[in-house]
Amino acid sequence: MKRFSIRVLLAALLSIFANNVFAAPAAIKIGALFSVTGPPSFLGEPERNSAKMVVEEINAKGGIKGRKLELVVYDTGGDATKAVQAANRLIKEDKVVAIIGPSTTGESMAVLPVAEKEGIPLISCAAGSKITDPVKKWVFKTAQNDGLAVSKIYEYLNRKKISRVAILTVSDGFGSSGREQLKANAAKFGIKIVVDDTYGPKDTDMTSQLTKIRGSQAQAVICWGTNPGPAVIAKNVKQLGIKLPLIMSHGVSSKKFIELAGDAADGIILPSGRVIVSDVLPSSDKQKKSLQSFVKDYQNHYKVEGDHFGGHAWDAVMLIKGAIERGGDSPTAIRDQLEKTRGFAGIGGVFSFSPSDHAGLNKDAFVLVEIRNKDWALVK
Amino acid sequence: MELSDQIAQYLLSGLSTGAIYALIGIGFAIIYNSTDIINFAQGELVMLGGMFTLFFMEKMKLPLPVSILLAVLATIGCGALFERLTIRPLKSPTPLGLIIITIGGSILIRGIVMLVWDKDTHSLPAFSGSEPILIGSATILPQHLWIFALTAVAIAANKLFFQYTITGKAMRACAVNRRAAGLVGIDVRRMVFFSFAISGGLGSLAGIIVAPLTMTSYDVGVMLGLKGFCAAIIGGLTGGVGTVLGGLLLGILESLGAGLISSGYKDAIAFIILLLILFIRPQGLFGRAQTDRV
Repeated sequence: MKRFSIRVLLAALLSIFANNVFAAPAAIKIGALFSVTGPPSFLGEPERNSAKMVVEEINAKGGIKGRKLELVVYDTGGDATKAVQAANRLIKEDKVVAIIGPSTTGESMAVLPVAEKEGIPLISCAAGSKITDPVKKWVFKTAQNDGLAVSKIYEYLNRKKISRVAILTVSDGFGSSGREQLKANAAKFGIKIVVDDTYGPKDTDMTSQLTKIRGSQAQAVICWGTNPGPAVIAKNVKQLGIKLPLIMSHGVSSKKFIELAGDAADGIILPSGRVIVSDVLPSSDKQKKSLQSFVKDYQNHYKVEGDHFGGHAWDAVMLIKGAIERGGDSPTAIRDQLEKTRGFAGIGGVFSFSPSDHAGLNKDAFVLVEIRNKDWALVK
Repeated sequence: MELSDQIAQYLLSGLSTGAIYALIGIGFAIIYNSTDIINFAQGELVMLGGMFTLFFMEKMKLPLPVSILLAVLATIGCGALFERLTIRPLKSPTPLGLIIITIGGSILIRGIVMLVWDKDTHSLPAFSGSEPILIGSATILPQHLWIFALTAVAIAANKLFFQYTITGKAMRACAVNRRAAGLVGIDVRRMVFFSFAISGGLGSLAGIIVAPLTMTSYDVGVMLGLKGFCAAIIGGLTGGVGTVLGGLLLGILESLGAGLISSGYKDAIAFIILLLILFIRPQGLFGRAQTDRV
């Protein structure tokens, strides 16, 4: 036993020296912070999978300018404190040149100051608009802003001549950010919110809130949350026989939602990234090529359908790759080149960053889809 | 829509949610009544019921009734195993120590389930369709009727078992006085073992029957467990009608509170009631004061 461990130690030491002495061009290290466990694991897990997948592919094709990429992933468990610790470790110990993540808005807001202080480009995978508004020098994001989804929904309501809505949002970060945006944008579109209600992320019955909505003047119900709450709401709406159009957020744009809500999902309308409808997009769509390759690769690698959450990490890696190809692999060069990215057609949308916009997307990043016969259909 | 119609719906929704709490609460009460400890892993037994059913249905491709039966048996096994591995090995068990062990056990079970299965939420098909049933102007689902029926059966079986069978009486004796029960020849450890197995079975049934409505995932037991615990406390941990009334009361207050005041306070209502009961009437609304104990 003792001899064995000494041998292992020797081998390890040797390999460290060997790396230092003989290493061909060293790998470019990119850090990643994803909440692979914890409540937001539905974001972190596909994000980690996608990032790993795309890095492997880049390396298989010979890396970037002959140098391999190395992805260092830390799990934050959805905890802002852990995210900050891990960010510091990535920068100080792993010496990464850029960081992808974190997965949630709360963690991203906690990690921003670290990236700003150390001068390391950070591409967040979270949706909250406050991450890049106001613009921070080193911080970018790939997830579509909540506000864009809200605009997409309100435009649709305007077309349908619906002006009174009830909103039902989940009482967590995602829901409260959606609620803020829904309220802030309502006046601009001439929409009046007649019921403003919430539910808990772990609630199992929302008939009380929906009964209140049924008794109100609302012409449509907008629900803002991530699984499983919205599936319960869809079922409750059906149970109560509410005939109003039900509109959900992009938080449920995965097959999982249809599976959970079953028949009750039919007729629900939601804004979504293009991933879920990549098959039915017209071939003139700029993103179609990226989308189809992402969906196909993800299916081959992990035997499950890729979703737009994973797409945020895919976009982040590809943006960094583009930046390194055009500039160099120093943090400053990557940052400067990221800011100069124009018209990159990724998974989340067509990104065009500028010194005054580090989110890079407009509301065309979303399409409206309707659930018909347990599948997605584009709403024209 | 009239306010009275709305209130009818709140009441009916409250009753159906309350029945779920009651069913879970009975599991707490059974273990308390035979061991004097609160089993905080009860919520996890509820979760296991749903997850096992899902496993047998989706992975083994078995029909729903068979899956349910196997899931209940598997959870009974888990409850029994839990007692064997965590409660029995203790040399000098104090109630506080045991309660803390059950909390630890619950975290462990949740972790194992998360790793062995996954972190996703899953849904079970409703037993007999999901066409809403209209009662006056309010609606409920056929699944709610299953819950009501199971709750009624559970109380009746519970009553029969604890009043009329030797094992049931022996378990009650253990709760009244462990040492005295031991002196008259009751195998106290065996009774504790039984109580965990029974509440495992009951918990899993509850978990299975609510899963089509609430869906199931590795962490669904936390909140359901706490609400069931509230129901049991309100009912005075009596294991019978008291707990059921406690659960129904809790469900109705939550539903009315969410509908008439604000849904933000829904969970707060449950825990405020819990605190009030613990402060003012620790024996529960429906429990008798424990004056007979020395």
